[in-house]
Amino acid sequence: MNKELVKKIFLPLIVLVVIIQVWAGIAMVVDEFPTPSQTYTAAFGGVDADGDEVIGVLSDPFYIENQDDKGLFWQIVESLKRVFAGFALAILVGVPFGLMLGMSKTAQYAFDPFIQIFKPISPLAWLPLLLFIFQDINMTAISTIFITSIWPIIINTALGVKSVSEDYMNVAKVLRFTHFEKIIQIILPVSVPYIFTGMRLSLGIAWLVIVAAEMLTGGIGIGFWIWDEYNNLNYHNIIIGIIIVGLVGYLLDLIMGKISDYFDYTKKGRA
Amino acid sequence: MSEKFLSLEKIEKRFPIPGKDDYVAVTDINLEIKRNEIISIIGHSGCGKSTLLNMISGLDSQTEGNIVLEGKDIKGPGPDRAVVFQNHSLLPWLSVYNNIEMAVKKVMPDLSPIELRERVEKFISMVNLDHAKDKLPDEISGGMKQRVGIARALSITPKVLLMDEPFGALDSLTRANLQEHLMRIQQKVKNTVIIITHDIDEAVLLSDRVIMMTNGPDATIGEILEVKLEHPRNRVELQHDPEYIRCREAILSFLYEKFAKEDE
Repeated sequence: MNKELVKKIFLPLIVLVVIIQVWAGIAMVVDEFPTPSQTYTAAFGGVDADGDEVIGVLSDPFYIENQDDKGLFWQIVESLKRVFAGFALAILVGVPFGLMLGMSKTAQYAFDPFIQIFKPISPLAWLPLLLFIFQDINMTAISTIFITSIWPIIINTALGVKSVSEDYMNVAKVLRFTHFEKIIQIILPVSVPYIFTGMRLSLGIAWLVIVAAEMLTGGIGIGFWIWDEYNNLNYHNIIIGIIIVGLVGYLLDLIMGKISDYFDYTKKGRA
Repeated sequence: MSEKFLSLEKIEKRFPIPGKDDYVAVTDINLEIKRNEIISIIGHSGCGKSTLLNMISGLDSQTEGNIVLEGKDIKGPGPDRAVVFQNHSLLPWLSVYNNIEMAVKKVMPDLSPIELRERVEKFISMVNLDHAKDKLPDEISGGMKQRVGIARALSITPKVLLMDEPFGALDSLTRANLQEHLMRIQQKVKNTVIIITHDIDEAVLLSDRVIMMTNGPDATIGEILEVKLEHPRNRVELQHDPEYIRCREAILSFLYEKFAKEDE
């Protein structure tokens, strides 16, 4: 094993130990704050402080007791479904819109101020309005994700279009490409890496939003699950939930990164 | 054969400057170019030679005057006037083959798949790039990229081949190599070629006539030099040819005595 790899594995382990120590410290100071070991037992099962046998929430994440009582896996699946629905909608609308903004100065002047205003609005601010409109948990969550995650896609797509060099457009002009051919053969290939950067940012936002949205809308999903565990005074499960949210988010970003590399012509090594 | 192939008539290009008089880049350009003639346009930077080429290609439009190709006024760019750009302008996500295929497909949409492939491969062979046809532009050298650019331009059988300082960005050995390529191709497929250059040897070696531009603003054609050397030309033998030396000296004296330009 080379030195670099040893460092890559060893150093994070040290940091992990430090984090767990800090956590244990907090648990000593804050009353009823779950310790690392209590949290571990709550996650994977074992014997708790009172000597009782505990079934961990991660021991059987696939169980389905009834419509309202499902394992953690299904909570995550429900959340992911909403995330992907909102995300897909954001791509479907955001990419063409971004293309238009990038190609037309008029459109850019017309819409840019509103994009700048809408972009920083918190999903929590949209939520009550959307809940009022749709009166439906799923629709509210999906539309909240849509409206908060669409902006990086629009902005990055427009940026990609603007990065198309004059030289490529000259080639297109000499060959007398139609407007449509210019988009398909030149503008899109140049923009694809930018679009994927936007999508990656957007997916990150979507995953941030879902937890908040589900806490407020209730029903099922990882966000609701965390809130539910708070109401049930299962504080250790909140920590488990947080870690899971982080891991899933990391995984989503990793997958999105791989996909965007695949479509990026500037990255070597694709078939 | 029509005596007039490509003619520039009283061409002027002005650029508006807010609050001031227009900047006159080039003015009063009159030139007749014969079929299959190779023309070089040479001049100091800022003499409007690229502007002139852009007007012929249609990528830019003249403020005054007409450009007439085979009796028709030129309006906008088109595949009858293929351009070899200085920075090759290959699409980096397409292979060498696909870059050329894209052009042929668009200009000759009626070719069968087999004819299309044969045509693309013929022009790849013409610039000796068979071994690199599946490579991406970023994987080949600058000289090879420019050869692809030439192949792409020729593959659509243009009436005029326009080259905007085609070898300017290359080192001198690669440049010589590409000049040889161009001369060899020209022997095979006769083309009307207009080359923008600032390289005196290149101008004399390649062209039948050298157009010398005065300095801008108000740049125009200063002198036209006829190079009376037979094709194919050999650069080594030419070094002591009296006609070659005469041409070189004529251009040198034009550029550095009559229209010398100081760096600002």
